[in-house]
Amino acid sequence: HLATSLPLPSERDHLRPRIDLIVFTIDIKSKYSLKNVETSLAHVDASFFLGKVCFLVTGVGRVNACSFETSAISKLGEAYCSPVLFCELELEGIRVTTAQRLLQMLRICAGHIPGVSALSFVSLMRSPDDD
Amino acid sequence: MDETVAEYIRRTVLKIPKDEIKMVLQKWDFLSEEQLQTLNFHQIKDNISQEVVQLCEENSAGIKQAAILDIIYNHIYQNKRMWSVYQMKKSGEELETFDIIDFKKSFKRRLQSALKNVTITFKEYEDGAIWIRVAWGTPYKKPNQYKPSYVVYHSQTPYAFISASVLKSTLPLLCQALIVASNYHDIREMELRSHSLNSLKDIVFKRYSQNFQTHSPEPLQEQNVEPESADIRIVEENRSDKERIHRLNEEAFGTGPQPKLEFAQYRLETMFKSDPKMEVLDRKEPFRCLVKFSSPHLLESLKSLAPAGMADAPLSPLLTCIPHKARNYFKIREKKGFFPESFVSP
Repeated sequence: HLATSLPLPSERDHLRPRIDLIVFTIDIKSKYSLKNVETSLAHVDASFFLGKVCFLVTGVGRVNACSFETSAISKLGEAYCSPVLFCELELEGIRVTTAQRLLQMLRICAGHIPGVSALSFVSLMRSPDDD
Repeated sequence: MDETVAEYIRRTVLKIPKDEIKMVLQKWDFLSEEQLQTLNFHQIKDNISQEVVQLCEENSAGIKQAAILDIIYNHIYQNKRMWSVYQMKKSGEELETFDIIDFKKSFKRRLQSALKNVTITFKEYEDGAIWIRVAWGTPYKKPNQYKPSYVVYHSQTPYAFISASVLKSTLPLLCQALIVASNYHDIREMELRSHSLNSLKDIVFKRYSQNFQTHSPEPLQEQNVEPESADIRIVEENRSDKERIHRLNEEAFGTGPQPKLEFAQYRLETMFKSDPKMEVLDRKEPFRCLVKFSSPHLLESLKSLAPAGMADAPLSPLLTCIPHKARNYFKIREKKGFFPESFVSP
């Protein structure tokens, strides 16, 4: 399901299946993109932040066109306990790899991989100096 | 053959891309088919142009033929020049039939009485366009063939498209000759400029597809907004929003291709509105500012802004009015009165 922002339009509520993973796509070339994601985050139920949210930053290939620092995104990822993936959609190889990673994450979030749950992502996110 | 004519022809041929030289020479119709056969188009352009000059020598080409070659070159590669649009006004409702011969005579007479040394050349095209080329001299110097002015006039319309010479002082004279010859009494420059002559014609002759205000409250059926990947596993949550944007865009721009303009310029003479705490420019003077939008195809890029998510639909009427108002240069002043919005001056 693709959406430009949250909250999702309520008229389609009955057509929607269970949501297993939310991927927030941020275009590093657009400050507006980051702002849009920040505003949308407020509409996400807290339970999703146990490993069912991920940030995908696109356009990182063009270093000169970056509108904000990657540290800003990393801070966002830390604040919401969610992983941040960087990719460049214009390169097919990276595109395919990123898709495969997301797919694997989705399988875990949907409970298709026995023994691993979305909570594993949260524990992987913790840095060594957290304890 | 005059040396200057030979040199002018040589330089004109050099401007043409190598694989199009034969086509241009054929359009010129000055060299016979047999003569063209003798030309070797596979050598370097320098040599081709020399050979062309040789053949022109055989045919005793004069400045008149060279000027026609130049018109043909500029007609084919018209988008290399910057064109401005001029609108002429008649004083009364006199219905005079247009006579091309009278027009040419009158035009020539007017220019030549003011300036003895001018080269004036005409060429008519099937679409009704009259191309006029004027090379300017002074009372003491022969005309400079390398800095001519071009006028494209459609006799059934009050519009003339001018690509003026860099010799700016010649423009008033050119305009005067034009109105005298075409029986108008006034001419004014419109705020419309572009490299694409056809697009300028499309705009003033209203040949582009315009939007029609239809009163259908909602789209009749789920329209296919974009030919998305036919993968039915992708669901667009914001489909209705996308359709709304598409509909608004279509109302603003119409469905057909847009005329090609390269820029839009807005000269602002409005008051600076800021946070009162900022203490910037407390004076009651307008804040002068120039905003220029440039693009290889401005209107198409404006049209794609909302669907691409880069602007909210509907776009500002200052942007969407460009083809309807037939202008891409605007002066925006403060509107006096109740509404603090800006006012577009004529």
